[in-house]
Amino acid sequence: MIETVRERFRALNTQVDFCSLRYVEERGEQLCVRQNVEQPLSTWIDRGAMITVIHEGGYGYAATSDLSSNGIKAALEQAKAWALRTRRHSVFDFNQARLGHPQGRYQVDSPRLHWNRRDMLGLLHTESAAAKRDERIVDWSAALMMAEVEQLYLTNDGGEVMQRFNYVIPNVMVTAFADGEAQTRSLGGQGNGYCQQGGVEIIERSRMVGSGRRVADEALQLLASPNCPTGSMDLLLMPEQMMLQIHESIGHPLELDRILGDERNYAGTSFVTLDMFGQYQYGSALLNVTYDPSRQDEFATFGWDDDGSAGEKTWLIRDGLLERPLGGAISQARAGMPGVANSRACSWNRPPIDRMANLNVEPGSSTLEGMIGSIERGVLMDTNVSWSIDDSRNKFQFSCEVGWLIENGEITGMVKNPGYRGISATFWRSLKQVGNESTFEVMGTPSCGKGEPNQAIRVGHASPACLFGDVEVFGGEI
Amino acid sequence: MQQYFYQLADHVQTQLRGGERYTLWLSGEASQFIRFNHGRVRQSGQVRQWYLSLRLVQGYRHVHASISLSADFDNDRQLLAAELLRLRDALTDVAEDPHLLLADEVHSTERTEASRLPPAEAMVEEIVSAAARYDLVGFLAAGPVCHGFASSEGQRNWHETASFHFDWSLYAGGDKAVKHSYAGFDWQREGMEAAIHQSASQLELLQRPARTIAPGSYRSYLTPSALGEVLDTLNWGGFSEKELQAKRSPLLRLREGSARLSPLVSLAEVSAGGLAPAFQHEGFLRPDSTPLIKSGRYAGSLISPRTAREYRLTTNGANASEAPESLQMAAGELPVSQALEALDTGLYISNLWYLNYSDRTACRLTGMTRFASFWVEGGKIVAPLNVMRFDDSLYRMLGDNLLALTEEREFLPDAATYGERSTSSLLLPGALLKGLEFVL
Repeated sequence: MIETVRERFRALNTQVDFCSLRYVEERGEQLCVRQNVEQPLSTWIDRGAMITVIHEGGYGYAATSDLSSNGIKAALEQAKAWALRTRRHSVFDFNQARLGHPQGRYQVDSPRLHWNRRDMLGLLHTESAAAKRDERIVDWSAALMMAEVEQLYLTNDGGEVMQRFNYVIPNVMVTAFADGEAQTRSLGGQGNGYCQQGGVEIIERSRMVGSGRRVADEALQLLASPNCPTGSMDLLLMPEQMMLQIHESIGHPLELDRILGDERNYAGTSFVTLDMFGQYQYGSALLNVTYDPSRQDEFATFGWDDDGSAGEKTWLIRDGLLERPLGGAISQARAGMPGVANSRACSWNRPPIDRMANLNVEPGSSTLEGMIGSIERGVLMDTNVSWSIDDSRNKFQFSCEVGWLIENGEITGMVKNPGYRGISATFWRSLKQVGNESTFEVMGTPSCGKGEPNQAIRVGHASPACLFGDVEVFGGEI
Repeated sequence: MQQYFYQLADHVQTQLRGGERYTLWLSGEASQFIRFNHGRVRQSGQVRQWYLSLRLVQGYRHVHASISLSADFDNDRQLLAAELLRLRDALTDVAEDPHLLLADEVHSTERTEASRLPPAEAMVEEIVSAAARYDLVGFLAAGPVCHGFASSEGQRNWHETASFHFDWSLYAGGDKAVKHSYAGFDWQREGMEAAIHQSASQLELLQRPARTIAPGSYRSYLTPSALGEVLDTLNWGGFSEKELQAKRSPLLRLREGSARLSPLVSLAEVSAGGLAPAFQHEGFLRPDSTPLIKSGRYAGSLISPRTAREYRLTTNGANASEAPESLQMAAGELPVSQALEALDTGLYISNLWYLNYSDRTACRLTGMTRFASFWVEGGKIVAPLNVMRFDDSLYRMLGDNLLALTEEREFLPDAATYGERSTSSLLLPGALLKGLEFVL
């Protein structure tokens, strides 16, 4: 289909200032065994194309799954019509954006998933069976999702980029229940935080093998644990929670389209303003945050974004100082400042907007043992379970599946229902220690929501464990 | 598209082999999407998409494929042929499913409303004109949406409407804004303009110096939109029979009788009063109304066919998510016109935002105030409120702390467009609470 789409686009008489076609074909499969019963096998094939036109200062798009010559031609006419209809009313002269005409290919080194369905189902049955430890285990499941995506980007001036991606998401979730209380523990988070690009080697990396029993044991331990204490104390966040902390209180506030006001009706605005770049101390001097499309295993690694800009590792926050926003080519032109290649769409039927891609905290020099040893009283929290933040991305409250109380430099026991709250603008300045490479993990989310029309997109976050001081910590009601 | 869908269904029927059955679900739309910022157009375009879900069944084995259609019969016929081969092959990999439940009785239905929408470009011109004096940011979605079901048993269902949903905020400065929407099947320029002007009438209040309150409990009035955000959070397993059985439902204590809500609270899934199709993905029809909470006590759950088979219950036509799509709350006796007076001194909360559970077992929720929320003294709006975080249990909010519900209810169609344009809706009153706990 890719060759056919290319020929049909090249045959168009576009007669516009700029035109691109973005073809996306995704094939995927979801396997799940719940309570030792195979859930319905779900597969999908989703393909279509979006034509984007910039003409006489206006911007229009048309997305269609009719990939015939007539279908693509009609999409071009409709996109052009929207560009012309709205040029007098546009928020920006889109001709100033000067989108490029890139050439290239991107795919991971090992392009095959090596997905054997029966083997995968066998693994899920094994983990499911191992999770039913005793009668207090009331629900349990093991799941694997895989997707293969091919994406072709063409422009009317000869630009052509071909990219291929493979995704795998393992998940195990166990719920234990006793005395009117439920506790759920998972592998990587109930929101599929352990998601990476690559093949079935991800299953081994995720420590999924053997996780059914391990996760169930922790769910049972949580039932017997005291509530997380309440008070101001040290907080040690592991990567399965750091990914959420980065996502909500660094990633979203740095999105340039939010800063420019596009998202004020839905996802929200940002406490960050244009004048803060280059001079605002976002966090302590230990904080280094990068937009990093260079890690092959991370969930949102790519060669080019969906407006044809090439990805390149870029420091957004260096030694705590805010340097650069997450803004693609159009937002950069609107704001008059450099950004990164993060103009992205979740599929062929949604237009590109500023999204996080891979947004990472760079490792520091502390060992996990050293960080724990430095804590007089605090809590280690792992695996996000709840997230809430205001529309300026400032006041947040997050909860985790599990916590461990730390007293006098030692872990003294598990605590349940751990949560904490703070304000982004001050929270990152309380960063006391940053873990080294040995604490570093590659996580992500398959479903970051934003945009009108709404889009749920794949995002990667890699982080070491990090220690924060004087954080407001709390537990549950029970 | 209806005839095309039925043509595809007939074609699939001819491709079946001995003992095979199928179900088809179609979800399609031809949508015009226009974003606005600063009263001008940010991004405009259209999306035509037709997703077909094909389930192939052989005995108790079944596999499922979602396919994006081209709407060209020859092309889609080839696509379906290839998918049928793949699914047939996949059937050999999967085990028999003891929880499979398909509709045995044939109930064909049809509801089609011809489009009465003007061209989207005309709507855009009218919006830009009406927004000229304002910092308006928002989104217009318009066009036909259709859903269809077909099965090898001969059932055929079709639901097609053409609607618009214009959802916007007017900004008074900083993060202070008022949010409204104008939605329906018949676009009226005057109706849209009146709605924008109604929003604008609150701008003066929002431009007053803002009030920051200290953490603590505050008497609060939640508009239907704000209450809707609270109840939407219950969509995450609250009314789901599967989640209740798995002990993860935040309403488990209500079901088990160890917690109660106020006798004022009655909730039901009222399919007859919503916008969603009256049939679901496996072809089961939905009852007109399914009581969920009656006078503060648990009254029922949403049961998908799969859950029904698993727990030996009767399905009530819920989809796999077992989340309400047409939730209604019974009205109270407080006239909206007296809401401020009844509030007296406290918080008038127009919208809540980004809710999540801080303790699911206790049904404790946290979230933020957003848009047009005010500090009120003596029944008069005094100042806009700087955003505050609440953290409180639903069992308190809509339990002992619920003083009154308004006698007028507001119909709130869902503006969501994740994957496809939502057909969900809410019909809710406003709620007066004697206390809501704020923490940050």
